[in-house]
Amino acid sequence: MNKDKQNGSDETFSSFFSRRKFLKAGIGGALGIAGMATWLFPKWIRGEDHMADASNPHDHSNHGGSGMDQVHSMNKKASANAYQSAQQALTTFDYGKVSKLPDGRTLREYTMLAQDNEIEVAPGVFYPAWTYNGTAPGPTIRATEGDLLRIKFDNGSAHPHTIHFHGIHPGNMDGSFEIVQPGKSFTYEFTAEPFGLHLYHCHSMPLKKHIEKGLYGAFIIDPKEPRKKMKELVMVMNAFDTDFDGENEFYTVNGLANAFLDHPIQLKVGEEVRIYLVNVTEFDLINSFHLHGNMFKLYRTGTSLTHYEITDTVMLCQGERSVLEFSYKFPGKYMFHAHQSEFAELGWMGLFEVTE
Amino acid sequence: MSTSKKWFLGLLPVVLLALMIVGLFSGIDRLIPRANIPLEEISFDRVWVVEGKILAKVTNTGADPVTIAQVTVNDAMWNADVSKSELGRFDQSDITIPFHWVEGEPYVVTLVTSTGAKFTGEIAAAMEVSQATPATFGLYALIGLFVGVIPVLLGMLWKPFVAKLGGKSYTFVLAVTIGLLIFLGVDSLNEAFELADQIPGAFQGVGIILLGGLGSFLILSAISSYTEARQGDPASYQAKLTVAYLVALGIGIHNLGEGLAIGAAFTLGNVAMGAFLIMGFTLHNITEGLAIVAPVAREKTKGSNLFIHLLILGAMGGVPAILGTWIGGFVYSPIWSLIFLSIGAGAIFQVVIQVFRLERSESNRATFLTPVGVAGLLTGIVVMYITALFVTV
Repeated sequence: MNKDKQNGSDETFSSFFSRRKFLKAGIGGALGIAGMATWLFPKWIRGEDHMADASNPHDHSNHGGSGMDQVHSMNKKASANAYQSAQQALTTFDYGKVSKLPDGRTLREYTMLAQDNEIEVAPGVFYPAWTYNGTAPGPTIRATEGDLLRIKFDNGSAHPHTIHFHGIHPGNMDGSFEIVQPGKSFTYEFTAEPFGLHLYHCHSMPLKKHIEKGLYGAFIIDPKEPRKKMKELVMVMNAFDTDFDGENEFYTVNGLANAFLDHPIQLKVGEEVRIYLVNVTEFDLINSFHLHGNMFKLYRTGTSLTHYEITDTVMLCQGERSVLEFSYKFPGKYMFHAHQSEFAELGWMGLFEVTE
Repeated sequence: MSTSKKWFLGLLPVVLLALMIVGLFSGIDRLIPRANIPLEEISFDRVWVVEGKILAKVTNTGADPVTIAQVTVNDAMWNADVSKSELGRFDQSDITIPFHWVEGEPYVVTLVTSTGAKFTGEIAAAMEVSQATPATFGLYALIGLFVGVIPVLLGMLWKPFVAKLGGKSYTFVLAVTIGLLIFLGVDSLNEAFELADQIPGAFQGVGIILLGGLGSFLILSAISSYTEARQGDPASYQAKLTVAYLVALGIGIHNLGEGLAIGAAFTLGNVAMGAFLIMGFTLHNITEGLAIVAPVAREKTKGSNLFIHLLILGAMGGVPAILGTWIGGFVYSPIWSLIFLSIGAGAIFQVVIQVFRLERSESNRATFLTPVGVAGLLTGIVVMYITALFVTV
């Protein structure tokens, strides 16, 4: 690399007046000045732009270079806490406190606490989130179709919130109008139906703010006849607008940028995997999931036991979700990420490490 | 009034102020809550590229400490080496980003702080900048030579011509000189104010202009009245030589500022605009030589040490341009540009007064307000205006 540098400057000197350099520098250099200029240069130097516009912008060359840059890697790792939280969302399910009702049905009781909590959303970057039970996404609520669910919601946040569940339930259990003020409680009670992959989120106004701040989570209703037993993972695709300008700075699954790039998910060849994939990304119209070196069975919304298609990429609107099933044929490292390259490079990227 | 009482009265407000500050930070401050919102501000002093790397120098210009947590390039999280990530007020950090950049394309480097705030530096079009090697030092010296030294020396060659001029013609030439200098002074001041607007607020650009401009004006005024008081006759050789030195000093500082900007332009890889721009500056600055030599134009070189003085004068006026291109080329910061532009502006306006007084002492009346004087003054401004067209588009 030092050699390259040396060559660069020698060329600058020797071809000071050369035609080639004139064109080349005319374009880039003068434009560069126009930009940097705004605070580097007096106007009489900046004046060169117009000359540059007239010259021919053809001399674009690709700078090969150091070869030392590890693309997509970050300069530091997140705290163990932040990673644990992402990992917990990946593999932990809240089945509630289970008991039997007199009529023989299963009753599941859950407690949810709205909390204002600062969370690490990218290594070293902290975000003042609003959370269910301290994390964004909140816990994955899981039940079986037909169970009676009783979800006690305590609002420990400084703002009014609700829990709005997707699925079938009475209007007064919808979490749209029964706003729960700070310090108050509300108990949602309804029967789990239909089976599939759903979600829950806060429905207080302004809705956009209450969702982007982190009040959401996955809600799984298993069919009465359980799906085939597999390794199960939950991935909630979300994003964070850390500077509050209405655009996301970081994209994540389960709340921490590049969590599973820094800590790859371990799989075995032939091991069957089921991913519960939920999109709650605010501001951006869609998000997506793309799997490397493989194809998956796609069950849209998980409401059917017959797969919709076999693909390697699925696009989801905000609030959409899908169940994905696959297994790896070969060992190796396989990426999974949003197929919006921008999201991928801003934190929504992970790795499966498949071993024999 | 006794001395001790005088001192007591003089120091009383200061002591009370100190007590108030102590009180403010030992309890009263709790009554005045500070907003719990961090006032973060990171300024990019410079963003540039070298082979395989994007580089940036940043300063914490905000009121609070900041921690740089992430670096993104064109909206992609990127590996970066940050020399110092926790920055106190006015602390600097060097960011080194391994990157395969494409020549001529724009790049946006964003720093995300621990609180999620974003600060952005831009490269409008990536171009390799030259490194500090003997070759580039030589190149910059050559540029400085063309921009500062050669035109000043060429301009000074008018001395014998000006010496032959008598009465009104000489007044005309001095008036032209004043016109040139006024143009230069106003131009410097204007550039300084534009720059002051663009640098981070914490540096107080207008304060720098006031300090640099008024400071140099007053200091040079004090020096010249001191020397005048010692020399007596304002029309003496010594007095005229002093004026010439002051003119050379003022122009020298101005050329240093000019050199800074040119050096920085070349640093950006903007070698191409060079030849044309250099010609413009040579033309523009040739008038500076005339301004330096005009006060002593009628003095004889033979039998005096004037020739040596002329060489020194030329060097004072021109050589700073070389220094400027070096500084601008290798360690540029807009703050320095502002400082030198301000000092230069103050010095030039002081010199205007010197030349004005010189002329009055020659003829014992204010001849600049005669038709010849006014014509000369306007001619000077027009000449500068026209030659400035070569360095402006």
